[in-house]
Amino acid sequence: MNPLHAILLRDMRIAVRIGGGALIGVLFFLAVVTLMPFAIGADQVLLRKLGPAILWLGALLASLLGLDRLFAADHEDGSLDLILMGAAPLELTVAAKALAHWITTGLPLVIAVPVLGLLLDLDLLAIGAVALTLLVGTPAITFIGMIGAALAVALRRGGLLLPVLVLPLTVPVLIFGVSAAETVVIGPLNFGTPFTILCALTLMSLAIGPFAAAAALRQGLD
Amino acid sequence: MALIDLANPTRFLNFAARALPWLTAATLFAFAIGLEQALFVAPDDYQQGATVKIMFLHVPCAWLSMFCWGMMTIASLGTLVWRHPLADVAAKAAAPIGAAFTFLCLFTGSMWGRPMWGTYWQWDARLTSVLVMFIMYLGIIALWRAVEDPSRAGRAAAVLTLVGAVNLPVIKFSVDWWNTLHQPASVFRVGGPAIDKSILVPLFAMAIAFTFLFVTLHIAAMRNEILRRRVRSMQMLRARTQGA
Repeated sequence: MNPLHAILLRDMRIAVRIGGGALIGVLFFLAVVTLMPFAIGADQVLLRKLGPAILWLGALLASLLGLDRLFAADHEDGSLDLILMGAAPLELTVAAKALAHWITTGLPLVIAVPVLGLLLDLDLLAIGAVALTLLVGTPAITFIGMIGAALAVALRRGGLLLPVLVLPLTVPVLIFGVSAAETVVIGPLNFGTPFTILCALTLMSLAIGPFAAAAALRQGLD
Repeated sequence: MALIDLANPTRFLNFAARALPWLTAATLFAFAIGLEQALFVAPDDYQQGATVKIMFLHVPCAWLSMFCWGMMTIASLGTLVWRHPLADVAAKAAAPIGAAFTFLCLFTGSMWGRPMWGTYWQWDARLTSVLVMFIMYLGIIALWRAVEDPSRAGRAAAVLTLVGAVNLPVIKFSVDWWNTLHQPASVFRVGGPAIDKSILVPLFAMAIAFTFLFVTLHIAAMRNEILRRRVRSMQMLRARTQGA
């Protein structure tokens, strides 16, 4: 079997196993969205207006949740050393790992959006817009976050540092993701403009993330 | 003197010992001229009065906050690509200074904003992107402080600095876009059309003075960092010989 394929399957299998924590992100997402009306008030009009922003923030925080385990678990049991020594290029290997992480934590968030959107009283079109922008935007968050995960792998308290390092870098994704989703609810702009830029940001992070993460792993572990 | 000659820490310390008095003198001299220009020569603004003088602190700080990240980026390339032994010392010494100038930029901006805009903070595009940059500076410093081995910390911080350097223009552009979308241009700003020469000359003088200040502080901080590392390796050596 192709080594990248093998790593993808292995990571997904580990994630859904006991102790893997694949669906914790969705649970966290649900909890955050449930807390919002307590903070903002159960005003339907306000919630409908803030809905896309709430969903995006919740998804952003939820996708950072399990990220510190992306390389740390492999580092602890030694498999990261084997991956580093393996014949497959490290850039592609970490990309496969990030893809597996996105499928097990990012994709469930997108699938959960319709239910959570109903809680916030969003109409069908808005739910579709939020789900579509999250589908495009969450890979960017995972691939940017992967850089932080690779930097934090050798640190004793890397899990604490990771969000501080990663969150400023996700500002553009958040801006364009929310703008695109909001155009359907309130915005004067058309959906295409911010959405295209969101796609561009995702492609950029797909290109930069693996190289930066591989460099960080090589530098950090020798 | 070529850059490669300074790779030897002892040579760098000699260079720093010789250069620092001159740099300090140059900084003081530049500030004497700059402050004289800013406080006495530059006219008060017809609308803003004397508060326009805050600009002479604010703009140089903003310039240095960006200059410092640029310097850290070059130093990070020095660490990762050329393996220059002093590059990570330069990057580490620059981070707190850059963070301090970024904070000063935000602080003076806030002090200026209170009388001009009627509020300490406005989610204006420039303020917001500087705030994001400030958080990134703090993240870099936190990363430096999270790893015990200086050379390994240096390489991790170098990767993050380079990623930040690629992302900062994107962040800046996104924040500008977000700002025009959410908040129509309502903020009165100095020098909209053009800055008059009577303001521009003192501003340049202050920018030069602050740049000299940065270079002086940076070389002094690099010297301290080299000495700190020597102390650390001596302590480890002592612990090893006594422990045996």
